[in-house]
Amino acid sequence: MQDANETILFEESLQVPYRYSAGSTVSRFFREIRDHRRIMAIRCDRCRKVYVPPRSVCGRCFSRLEDWVELTGAATVASFSFVHYAEPMFPHPPPLCYALLRLDGSDGGLVHLLGEVDQDQVRVGLRVEPVFAEEPKGTILDIRYFKPLR
Amino acid sequence: MIRNPDPEPLLDITVQKSYPYRYSTGQLGTFFFRELRDHGKIYGRHCPGCGAVYVPPRPVCGPCWKATDRWVEVGPEGVLEAFTVVHFSFLDPMTGKPRPVPYGYGFIRLDGATSRIQHFLNETDQTRLRIGLRVRAKLKEERVGKLTDIEYFEIL
Amino acid sequence: MARKVAIVGTGQTDHKARRRDVNIGELIHEAVGRCLEDARMTIDQIDAVLIGNMEHFEGNFYVDMQMVDYTGACMKHALKITTGGTSGSSVAQAGFYHVASGHFDTVLAIGWEKQSDGDTTAGLIFQADPWYERPTMSGAIGTFALAACMYMEKYGITEEQAARVAVKNRTHACRNPHAHLKLSLTIEDVLNSRVLAHPIKLLDMCPASDGACALIFAGEDLAPKLAPQPAWVKAAVSRHDQPFNGDLPMLDQMRTLTAAAKEAYRIAGIIDPFREIDVAEIYEPCSFAELAWTEALGFCGWGEGGRLVESGATSLGGRLPVNPSGGVLSTNPIGATAMIRVAEAAIQIMGKAGERQVPDVRTAVSTGFGGSWWSDVMILSRSKP
Repeated sequence: MQDANETILFEESLQVPYRYSAGSTVSRFFREIRDHRRIMAIRCDRCRKVYVPPRSVCGRCFSRLEDWVELTGAATVASFSFVHYAEPMFPHPPPLCYALLRLDGSDGGLVHLLGEVDQDQVRVGLRVEPVFAEEPKGTILDIRYFKPLR
Repeated sequence: MIRNPDPEPLLDITVQKSYPYRYSTGQLGTFFFRELRDHGKIYGRHCPGCGAVYVPPRPVCGPCWKATDRWVEVGPEGVLEAFTVVHFSFLDPMTGKPRPVPYGYGFIRLDGATSRIQHFLNETDQTRLRIGLRVRAKLKEERVGKLTDIEYFEIL
Repeated sequence: MARKVAIVGTGQTDHKARRRDVNIGELIHEAVGRCLEDARMTIDQIDAVLIGNMEHFEGNFYVDMQMVDYTGACMKHALKITTGGTSGSSVAQAGFYHVASGHFDTVLAIGWEKQSDGDTTAGLIFQADPWYERPTMSGAIGTFALAACMYMEKYGITEEQAARVAVKNRTHACRNPHAHLKLSLTIEDVLNSRVLAHPIKLLDMCPASDGACALIFAGEDLAPKLAPQPAWVKAAVSRHDQPFNGDLPMLDQMRTLTAAAKEAYRIAGIIDPFREIDVAEIYEPCSFAELAWTEALGFCGWGEGGRLVESGATSLGGRLPVNPSGGVLSTNPIGATAMIRVAEAAIQIMGKAGERQVPDVRTAVSTGFGGSWWSDVMILSRSKP
């Protein structure tokens, strides 16, 4: 039918701006990090669960949540991985270390970055604490990363 | 525990998302755009069931469920079957900027084609446009294999 | 053999241009909470959750997963359905079919959109075919302008006739506490409003809204226990068409709506729609669309939509009120919009429509529209089919 060697490709990059409303619960979470360097969780009394990231409804019992809990920020590494390749979406060039962190006093966890740590130091069970950004912007990267607890 | 938090101020999280794509156009599309790019010709695709000549081309005729069987050269002239002049500016995700207005926009049935294509028109005075006008594709000098190799349709 | 199904509860948010006070999940939860309240049910009584919206508006493609806390889908069967403008009615139809199958007794169906989180026209352009349509696409407004141009040319439909639809629907909306736009308009106001793309003027066109809507479907054994007057589903039909705008007649004698309505009427045993239907909620993105689609629904002959609206028959108080809720012209959170049509039709059957109630509603029809030009039709009834 045609030259089998050519398949026309169309390259395009669509630019779409988004502006997500955080709502009052999520706004408070980010304001506390940005303004007070405090990580806050929200508690469901019925289920006896402390959620981080916080939400305004408990998915298990469907009640409205209003009781906030201040966490120390200390956490335990539950899982981790070192990433050695680059993607434009990643927060910084490789190598970077992702970890699932169980925050003390909560039943949830945050997936975040580890920093100030060598590859051979990282293990499940490592105790860590947050390092906050100098110029916070109201996003999760106002926590720059978690570093080993000294 | 801390109750009754102050709900204000509310935060927004702004993100400028960039969706990069590299679309494969497939066998028929490759022929269509290569002919447009290299020879300045427009082709439609014929259905042996109903006789329709489709622009854009497609491998199967939807209503007949038959494979389209051959290329038919169409245009470059045709008939204007609908028109408008766009006055409202909007964010164009292809450029990331507002699209300049006003501009003419319409449906053109190319000579020999059954379906219409939508494209720009070189007229922004609504009163000079009407259904039934003859139009012709104005091709760019330098073509790359995209629909915009046709710059607009000019009113004859 | 399929069993009978009814809608036993509805819920909607109060639709607005921007709901800054809630995030996506909280917006959805508001409608869900109101729907459960309307049906006097708890979330534990729901067997399955179906949800949908038009995803490019928020750039969120995982609502079914991310919003489980807010939708009540925790450890339940849950599906996301996204079909563009028809998302809300597709989710509603899926709710019906889930229960009709006999595998689920109660299904919560949710449609939502937070238009203010993104850019509406940029999102719509995203939806167009990248090769052949996206480079020239001019949003919904541009597409409807071309469609209206052809429709007016063929039948002599006038901008005044379209303006009457805009006035009618915005007037109806003043009686609907959920409606986004509640405007008192005259025909002159519409005709003098800013031209967006001729013949579409600002007041001919729908707004963009933040809003959510929820429905609960229940099987025939449960439904009478849950609702004093369930809205029984008599027919749920959808039809699709070829993908390019240039393949289709568009507004005029729209193929999918005509075919879907014909099939829905056949299933429901309706012979003379204008006489047998008591209220219609038509998905009308612009004023001209309602004219054309009263024709496709068989309320009048081809090209007579303008004369129909002039007669007053489709106003509240007329023979067959169309869009007593105010329609899409008054409220348009796109992923919810088609479900709001079903919800408003159900509200009419249930007798809960307050100031917008049409008297003695036995049969209601609702439609959904999606670009490019596919249709959903649902027929609801006061009595069990």
